[in-house]
Amino acid sequence: MPNISRAAAIVGVAEADEMGYLENRKSDLQLSTEASYNALEDAGLKKSDVDGIFAAGNTLGLAEHMGIHPKFTDSTSVGGSSFVIHAGHAFAAIAAGYCEVALVTHGVAGHSRRFFGGAGEGGAPDSPGGQFETPYGFIGAPINYAMACARYMHEFGEERTREAMSEVTVSTRKWAALNPRALIHDPKAEIPLTMSFDDYHNSRWVCWPFHLLDCCLVTDAGGAYIITTPERARDLKKPPVWILGAGEGHDHGMISQMPSLTSLIARETGPKAFQMAGVTHHDFDLAMIYDSFTYTVMLTIESLGFCGRGEADDFLRGQRTAPGGDFPMNTSGGGLSYTHPGAYGIFLIIEAVRQLRDECGERQVPDCKLTFCHGTGGSLSSGGTAVLALD
Amino acid sequence: MTQQQRPAVKPVPIPTPETDFYWEKCQQHELWVRKCNDCNQAYFYPRDICPDCFSRNTAWVQCSGKGTLHTFGIVVRPPHRGWAEDVPFVVAMVDLEEGCRMPTNLVEVEADLNNPGEHIRVGMLVEVVWEDRTDKVSLPMFKPA
Repeated sequence: MPNISRAAAIVGVAEADEMGYLENRKSDLQLSTEASYNALEDAGLKKSDVDGIFAAGNTLGLAEHMGIHPKFTDSTSVGGSSFVIHAGHAFAAIAAGYCEVALVTHGVAGHSRRFFGGAGEGGAPDSPGGQFETPYGFIGAPINYAMACARYMHEFGEERTREAMSEVTVSTRKWAALNPRALIHDPKAEIPLTMSFDDYHNSRWVCWPFHLLDCCLVTDAGGAYIITTPERARDLKKPPVWILGAGEGHDHGMISQMPSLTSLIARETGPKAFQMAGVTHHDFDLAMIYDSFTYTVMLTIESLGFCGRGEADDFLRGQRTAPGGDFPMNTSGGGLSYTHPGAYGIFLIIEAVRQLRDECGERQVPDCKLTFCHGTGGSLSSGGTAVLALD
Repeated sequence: MTQQQRPAVKPVPIPTPETDFYWEKCQQHELWVRKCNDCNQAYFYPRDICPDCFSRNTAWVQCSGKGTLHTFGIVVRPPHRGWAEDVPFVVAMVDLEEGCRMPTNLVEVEADLNNPGEHIRVGMLVEVVWEDRTDKVSLPMFKPA
């Protein structure tokens, strides 16, 4: 495979105008379009410059809503990781000359839909999931991920697992306290700005072994980013953030088909992306890891190779992923405490780019020059890794 | 006429040509899985062509109904209105004696959130029991053996 490291750069990132618990009937399309408008502003590009569109599913509807007629389109929809995978796809498409200005966009009124649309009912009753999982109540991510976590507890010890989970959620809340756009700053949400270890252990059960504070938020949110060629990137408003390497993959769809409940496809996507980028685990200044659940993070750290299997507890101990720690992670406050509309991957990229550009104010990681994003989607099914850096 | 509230119904599977046989046998309270005659691997869920070696030379085998608990979760927040009055309940995966893993519920067991390990242990022996969800559809579930 050719090494296309630095063949494209991210030049604009943005969120929707407002996010959180909106309850104002804004549609997915509107949230996506707002974020796209804002990302183009951030880049100093015009809508007419966009010739490639990347979204999880509805590229037809999104491009129509914004009046874009793309010459390259990618609707890859493999869960919340999709928007990290899109970075790799746009990177390859630009390197190959299929498009010059790629818009990656996502918006979901995830919180409001709970009230307007009612609860989900599972998959089609004649699909494999609808026949063999849904009838048993395997419905929704918390239940599916909880069973994987329970297996990890069996293999590596319940207490060690619980400690690692608590380190993740407590440290992530500390970062969210420093991000004004995090949901916890909205009084409507009634979420405390701080979280103690006791708060975690005492939070109610959703599905054992998951407490409420093991699970991500469900918000209304939109995000977008723009990728372009090296030539165009150098002439724009903000410093380009280069894509150094990317990897993607999946090894199952349904949770009951997962080859091992304690190992993610990140074991393949990470090394591939790091190798393309020519970097190793010790080089990173910041880790952006999809935190759908606390368990997702600890498993990702292991599968990417930052520590061995079953060692996440040792790796995470002592709040080293929190502000001031030596392994800054999920500085936006993550899906756990900042925002998570149903699919969160795009917000990993947005925060990584802002950190590299030194735009993060109180939560800025000093001298942040190299970072990676890793998204996990579906039922721990799909993974995408992207390595990002300044010049 | 008074308007009666319809009872909430749990999801009911709809078979396809690849799964008709499975669900017909379930209706008779028999558990059958697919097995590949070429790579000799039993697999779940049922499909005609082997997902390992992609052979069409596959057969059905009847299961002993015995297995071990691979993992489980105790569901507290109902995921669907069919379980609104039925929490907590136990979602589970079982490793069948025949060598494949299936999603299911663990039943006839106490789901104690304060000490789940007291009654439910990964690796424990389990055996099949049946829930007749409708006149036509029965679901294999498992209880401690």
